Amino acid sequence: MTKEKIIEVHNLTKRFGGFTAVNNISFDVFEGEIFGFLGANGAGKTTAMKMLIGISNPTSGEALVAGFDVKTKTEMVKRSIGYMSQKFSMYDDLTIKENITFFGGIYGLSRIQIKEKTKKLVIELGLEDVIDKLVGSLPLGWKQKLSFSVALLHEPKIVFLDEPTGGVDPITRRQFWEMIYAEANKGTTIFVTTHYMDEAEYCDRVSIMVEGVIEALDTPNNLKTKYNVASMNDVFLKLARNVE
Amino acid sequence: MFILFGMPIAQIMLFGFAITNEINNVNIAILDKSKDAETHKIINKISASAYFKINQEITNEKQIESVFKKGKVKAVLVFEKNFIKNLQTLKQAKVQVITDATDPNVANTISNYVNAILQNYTHEINKNNKPNHQIQTQTRLYYNPELKSVFTFVPGVMTIILMLVSAMMTSISITREKELGTMEVLLVSPLKPFQVIVGKVFPYIFLSIINAAIILLLGFFVFGMPIEGNIFLLAFESVLFITTALSLGILISTVSQTQQTAMMLSLMGLMLPVIILSGFIFPISSMPLLLQVISNIIPAKWFIIIIKAVLLKGATLDVIWKETLILVGMTVFFIAVSIKKYKIRLE
Repeated sequence: MTKEKIIEVHNLTKRFGGFTAVNNISFDVFEGEIFGFLGANGAGKTTAMKMLIGISNPTSGEALVAGFDVKTKTEMVKRSIGYMSQKFSMYDDLTIKENITFFGGIYGLSRIQIKEKTKKLVIELGLEDVIDKLVGSLPLGWKQKLSFSVALLHEPKIVFLDEPTGGVDPITRRQFWEMIYAEANKGTTIFVTTHYMDEAEYCDRVSIMVEGVIEALDTPNNLKTKYNVASMNDVFLKLARNVE
Repeated sequence: MFILFGMPIAQIMLFGFAITNEINNVNIAILDKSKDAETHKIINKISASAYFKINQEITNEKQIESVFKKGKVKAVLVFEKNFIKNLQTLKQAKVQVITDATDPNVANTISNYVNAILQNYTHEINKNNKPNHQIQTQTRLYYNPELKSVFTFVPGVMTIILMLVSAMMTSISITREKELGTMEVLLVSPLKPFQVIVGKVFPYIFLSIINAAIILLLGFFVFGMPIEGNIFLLAFESVLFITTALSLGILISTVSQTQQTAMMLSLMGLMLPVIILSGFIFPISSMPLLLQVISNIIPAKWFIIIIKAVLLKGATLDVIWKETLILVGMTVFFIAVSIKKYKIRLE
């Protein structure tokens, strides 16, 4: 694997009034890797991610995403990334086809491109029969897979997933991770937040945020060795307890 | 908490004070062609009552039209020439009560009150007069001689509908995107926030314009509502008001996170004041001073003044420029605040 840096973060800080949500974090993400961004609720991972995708301005520090500064080249950053939010975020009252067309449209894909992509995507996901059904009528697992595919529609270099598997069953989660792997194999960088520690094991490298600071960053295996525990779950607990 | 305790207080005050069809402190103008002792006494008596305030004296009949167009006064009292002489020699004299009947209820009440005051006055002077002197009142209704209530309802309903569709629907549809989480996705996309908002707002501009047109057409063809003014001015003012309402809707959506809040804010914060404080149903001049002051910040009030002036009185921009400017100012203000709120959210 080429070790080309695709995200570079230097001393990134975000303060809300007197509260420091993200405190001086620095890390790099390499091209094509699956980067797990872990942390308890309120540890600042969503805030950090929001700065990277250009919808929140850093208080200080800098971040380059796909080579563009998130402060000054927000527009270019947005073009290079895909994003799937925590909440399922497609239009329930539009059909699958309409949703794909819409999101393709806002990323500036041409009509022909959208048509081809829709066809391919629908076959991959096995949604041929329901393409004209309203998205609202789909089961959650399908919605999430669809949502992921839509985030990839414009072939971004990096895709940000914010707790993509919240509330779905283990089988669907498994399938979802298979999709993530497939995408990573194509060279797309995956930046994923989660608090399922078993999912952390699937990542190439993980960072663990505790109270606005990155406490650990390594491959899951190295982390387990370092903290001398059997699973990522224990690594996480150990780190979180140390702070308390 | 505010909604639980604030609303009932606000509402009882509003309904208690604002909802009255009585008149108070109505501005009137006097055209006294006689200027004698008798007319002076009558004028003093009228201005002494709590119902009327003499806003200005005019000197000839041509001015009547212009004071009405400016909307400064609701009625003009005209004393005929040689009032005192007629009263003494012919035993009767004439007063003309000319009212601005764009608001039929108010016009009616005004002429009744003036009549009552004059009758009272004749009673007093007739104590020592035989045979009785008579002061005849003649009522003339400008702009709406048949006192059709539709003349107030068309502008009023139009205002409410435009406010409802524009402000409420915009705020709800934007907060809906927030609730669904699609707003976030749109913001992460290369679309500029400005484009997202324009995209959300555009359909409602369109809908509102169609609504306005339908209401006016129905008013014109079904109810015989006159359209005296320039149709382009009318269209311009309507679009301006729609923009004001939309910007208000955007503002509401920046402060509320859920559709429900947006709905409550629009309904309580917009609908009630629009109906009660805009002067659509209840005359503003009769409200307590505080409510009169508050009514100034309600865009609908200004739009109703504008649209009535244009529709019924054929007013041109030089008469209603002030009201127009106020609406423009409000729009700019709402948009500026929205942008600011929006930026804070991003930071």
